[in-house]
Amino acid sequence: MTATTTAPAPGTTRRRRPGMPSGQTLPVLVTFVLFVALFTVGSLRYDSFFSAQVLLNLFVDNAFLVVLAVGMTFVILTGGIDLSVGAVVALSGVLAARLLAAGWAPVPVMLTVLLVGLALGTAMGAVIQHLEVQPFVVTLAGMFLARGMCFVISVESIPIRDPLFTAIAQSAITLPGDTFVSPSALLAVAVVAVAAYVLHSTRFGRSVYAVGGNEHSAMLMGLPVARTKVAVYAISGTCSALAGLLFGFYSLSGYSLAAVGTELDAIAAVVIGGTLLSGGVGLVVGSLLGVLVLGIIQTFISFEGTLSSWWTRIVIGVLLLVFVVLQRLLVRTPSGAP
Amino acid sequence: MRSPLLWPLLALAGLLLYNLLVTPAFFALRVQDGHLFGSVVDVLRNGAPTALIALAMTLVIATRGIDLSVGASVAISGAVACTWIAGSPDPTSPGTAVVAVLLAVGLCLVLGTFNGFLVAGLGIQPIIATLVLMTAGRGLAQLITDGQIVTVSNPFFSGIGGGFLLGLPIPVLVTAAAFAVVALVTRRTALGLLVESVGVNPTASRLAGIRARGIVWSVYVLAAVCAGVAGLMISSTVNAADANNAGLWIELDAILAVVIGGTLLTGGRYSITGTLVGALVLQTLTTTVYTTGIRPEVTLVFKALVIIAVCLLQSPKLRGSSTRRRRGSPPPAAPPTPLVTEPTPASAR
Repeated sequence: MTATTTAPAPGTTRRRRPGMPSGQTLPVLVTFVLFVALFTVGSLRYDSFFSAQVLLNLFVDNAFLVVLAVGMTFVILTGGIDLSVGAVVALSGVLAARLLAAGWAPVPVMLTVLLVGLALGTAMGAVIQHLEVQPFVVTLAGMFLARGMCFVISVESIPIRDPLFTAIAQSAITLPGDTFVSPSALLAVAVVAVAAYVLHSTRFGRSVYAVGGNEHSAMLMGLPVARTKVAVYAISGTCSALAGLLFGFYSLSGYSLAAVGTELDAIAAVVIGGTLLSGGVGLVVGSLLGVLVLGIIQTFISFEGTLSSWWTRIVIGVLLLVFVVLQRLLVRTPSGAP
Repeated sequence: MRSPLLWPLLALAGLLLYNLLVTPAFFALRVQDGHLFGSVVDVLRNGAPTALIALAMTLVIATRGIDLSVGASVAISGAVACTWIAGSPDPTSPGTAVVAVLLAVGLCLVLGTFNGFLVAGLGIQPIIATLVLMTAGRGLAQLITDGQIVTVSNPFFSGIGGGFLLGLPIPVLVTAAAFAVVALVTRRTALGLLVESVGVNPTASRLAGIRARGIVWSVYVLAAVCAGVAGLMISSTVNAADANNAGLWIELDAILAVVIGGTLLTGGRYSITGTLVGALVLQTLTTTVYTTGIRPEVTLVFKALVIIAVCLLQSPKLRGSSTRRRRGSPPPAAPPTPLVTEPTPASAR
């Protein structure tokens, strides 16, 4: 990351006509186009696929993943990674279910869960930044820790019977055209909107991009690098806890083995949305589109209906492959393959 | 300069010392039918598949990549071998076992080539490229075994995981040989240097005349083949192929072993000895947890704490020499600079 990030030589900069998408928005546009293509293919192939409700269900079913992906986008934009998010989702669910079962009121439970996520994220960020341990290792340890704590709290699945939780879980907001969404879906969209605002219109957002672009330059420019890096993990931790609550609304239970492997889904969504794992390049809207792409792949599987469990995995893998390859072929960066 | 291996070795020594004090039987070795038995031998034997995968992962990570699909390759390799043996007309003959092994390793060669094509050929980010096979791989393994756990009873095949040669378990010998060969090939020739140069800067190394693409491609092939051999070890130890659980999360253990050994995930510098020590630390830790009788639910917490301890101890060494960054608060914030509003465009990388 030293010689490669110097200013591009005059010959290598692509001449950009006004109105042409920049290197940052082009992958997002491509993801969007491919998403529309997938939706079109689904509509042609299956009856009743083409409906607003199918589209809205993508948000309803993947609300928690959207929130996870938003947190992950912040982390990946700084060039880091957070493997703990799936385990934190499970921990939040188990903790919430356990506290509710112990007779706590729902609002303090939610606040406690969010605080635990914030604390865990901040702690991991502090270790990564101040003790200079690699993010992959710290968050992997965080993943083990959170999963382990789940088992310490309860090995069994705990049902959630709190009236407020069940009310949120069962309520639906009717939209024009005889369609509906869940409150969780709206919350997820709101999180995306807030994240987009923070990333593109605040000083903190600029610092996130600057740190990911080149940490050393960002420091020389006097940006608060340390604070920014700790903050992104705190954001990711809080988002994971919020996602855990949404997952709790969705499943109405807390289970230690919930959301295993979700961290990879979140990372995949972020990357499919055009964010570079090396940091500095990406849009949070892309991550939303990434989640929708993963969601529509699942919808395909459920519309097909006859696939046995192993074919499901293979088809998901193949569709992911097709998508990633198509995106790669459509978005050609000058640096090319390694 | 102190060796970067200092802290991992100390961690290993600490774990062994703990065992010496708490469970002295840990070090008891006995020879039975000319074969060596004991907890220490168990550590080596059970750790062999992870160590073998970690060895290849070291080179993958040295090229700034990562391979998430090795666990799936482990499952596929076991599934292919066991299904072939179970379906053959003569399921107990050595010939059947040899064909099964060749089939499994051959298929993994293809899988590695596929991963290498995605990463080196198409230039897809390694974590996503290998995520494809990670997702689809277990499904493939289940397809091969038809969703069943395939059990076999072939003495020759069992020998791969459970056999002994010169009194030592065969998996240990295979892994040791692999380490020796890779260490010799990469450290006694320029190959290791080339791998590191690709990890530091793929474009620059290509411009310098290094066949970066070929090197990246071959490390993924090596990773898949090592995973295939590890899969044979794992499935032959239990004489069965479990498509769902064989090698589950082994990629994380392998990556962890590499990192504990002092290799940076950002590529460009690696230590094969470090990986070996890292794999031993992990396996000793696992065995210690079992022999000490810690509650199984708390095992993950315990593992997390030890990992973080090892990495914390190692950390100043890890990066202190390479970056001289100021700790603590940065200088008082300068007025916001308009320079950073535009993040580095993709075209600059």
